[in-house]
Amino acid sequence: MLLSSYLHALGRYLILMGRVFSIPERFKMYLRQYIKEMIKLGTDSIVIVLIVSFFIGAVICIQIKVNIESAWMPHWVSGYVTREIMLLEFSSSIMCLILSGKVGSNIATEIGTMRVTQQIDALEIMGVNSASYLILPKIAGMITMMPLLVILSTFSGIMGAYAAAYIGHILTPAHLTEGLQYDFHPWFFWMGVVKSLFFAFIITSVPAYYGYRVEGGSVEVGKASTDAVVASSMLVLFSDIFLTRLLS
Amino acid sequence: MIQLIDVKKTFDDGKTVLKGISTTFEAGKTNLIIGQSGSGKTVLMKCIVGLFEPSSGQILYHDRDFVTMNKKDRMLLRREMGMIFQSAALFDSISVLENVMFPLDMFSYDSYKERRRRAQFCLDRVNLSDAGEKFPGEISGGMQKRVAIARAISLNPKYLFCDEPNSGLDPKTSLVIDELIHSITQEYGTTTIINTHDMNSVMGIGEHIIYIYEGNREWEGTKDEVMTSDNENLNSFIFASDLFRKIKDANK
Ligand SMILES: Nc1ncnc2c1ncn2[C@@H]1O[C@H](COP(=O)(O)OP(=O)(O)OP(=O)(O)O)[C@@H](O)[C@H]1O
Ligand SMILES: [Mg+2]
Repeated sequence: MLLSSYLHALGRYLILMGRVFSIPERFKMYLRQYIKEMIKLGTDSIVIVLIVSFFIGAVICIQIKVNIESAWMPHWVSGYVTREIMLLEFSSSIMCLILSGKVGSNIATEIGTMRVTQQIDALEIMGVNSASYLILPKIAGMITMMPLLVILSTFSGIMGAYAAAYIGHILTPAHLTEGLQYDFHPWFFWMGVVKSLFFAFIITSVPAYYGYRVEGGSVEVGKASTDAVVASSMLVLFSDIFLTRLLS
Repeated sequence: MIQLIDVKKTFDDGKTVLKGISTTFEAGKTNLIIGQSGSGKTVLMKCIVGLFEPSSGQILYHDRDFVTMNKKDRMLLRREMGMIFQSAALFDSISVLENVMFPLDMFSYDSYKERRRRAQFCLDRVNLSDAGEKFPGEISGGMQKRVAIARAISLNPKYLFCDEPNSGLDPKTSLVIDELIHSITQEYGTTTIINTHDMNSVMGIGEHIIYIYEGNREWEGTKDEVMTSDNENLNSFIFASDLFRKIKDANK
């Protein structure tokens, strides 16, 4: 029963994606939407990414230094661990998990409201492919901005670690720098970027699906928004495991 | 011209709303669909424009069957349609002028200046010359309806659909909107279909009226015939209003 309802949902999602990825009828209009979405979903998320990453970077560094590091560990450990956690997991997966709340509820609510106020019907009557016009620019915009957000997140996390060194005097900046540079694999950075592109797709397309199929009124829009955030967070977590195994 | 042949609609929950409706809506005429609330007017209109799939029957747009048409042709045909929804359904994230320009931006190959001029012309046509910069949330319900009309006519549609264009409006504004739709219909020879339960509209612009009762086309005629019909169900619908009953008695 449960399985068949999941399969149904998957089928409907795939059909919607089929409509989303069709050739735009008016490229200029899509471009305009695409730029709008990059600003709304990407640029407007920069502040929260910077703040969250800064504190997490600082806290990881302090935790490792104060609670984990011991006399028999080399002094570069806390810098090293901070860098690897930021690159491998935080700046891509956890960041997207946080963004799925912000971006996901935004998309589901916006599209759901357009559905219940018949704006989507109005688009359809005009002969516009509403799924493609509304959803494609969001997916494309988020995928474009995501690598930038990942880079900013890593950068901000490292700044947080330096803040712990310079302001908190938890460890010396020299030790931190040494740790940050120790045994660096550029692939780890790219792995984060590749993962984040998949997550960007999930946290835009899944909420769009929930919003697009709303029926009813404001209560249903609210429910769609919550469901969208829950579902896209779950999917980010599940796919994180597979992607990590696949890319390592 | 739009022709309906035995259009039926049963919903998934087993409820049959349309039980086989046949009629012809001619071009250049205001065609009214009347009936009680819940009689299926909106459902019928949604079937005609393809927002619902009819369970059976044919819908012919100048002999092209819309029901069996493929997606691509449907999209192309829809570019010849304009629709005014019961709730106006303006795009609330863009200004009034941009709303009216939207179909032009999407489908016309005119220059920006020409598109803008056309949109402004449509706004002038509905007496909203100054509202272009406002957002849909900042104007009244009647104005929203008029913007919706301007948006619907911006591409010179061949087919115009209005779902209760004057619900929630005062009698005077209703009259303005009715007149507007009527004159646009005559001017451009559009096939106009209007859902309404407003008897003032019926008497004002009802060139061809179909009355829906319990999912059937119960009666069909013109505004002159509607008052003198002896169809019981139609009479109980029309003369529910005291005023109309008095008019009828006075005419005897
Ligand atoms: N999506 C749907 N699923 C199931 N039943 C529906 C659906 N849409 C409408 N109905 C049913 O169809 C019937 C006709 O509804 P419709 O909206 O067409 O009425 P209407 O004539 O437009 O009324 P009003 O004048 O109040 O707008 C109603 O009984 C309604 O419950
Ligand atoms: Mg209705």
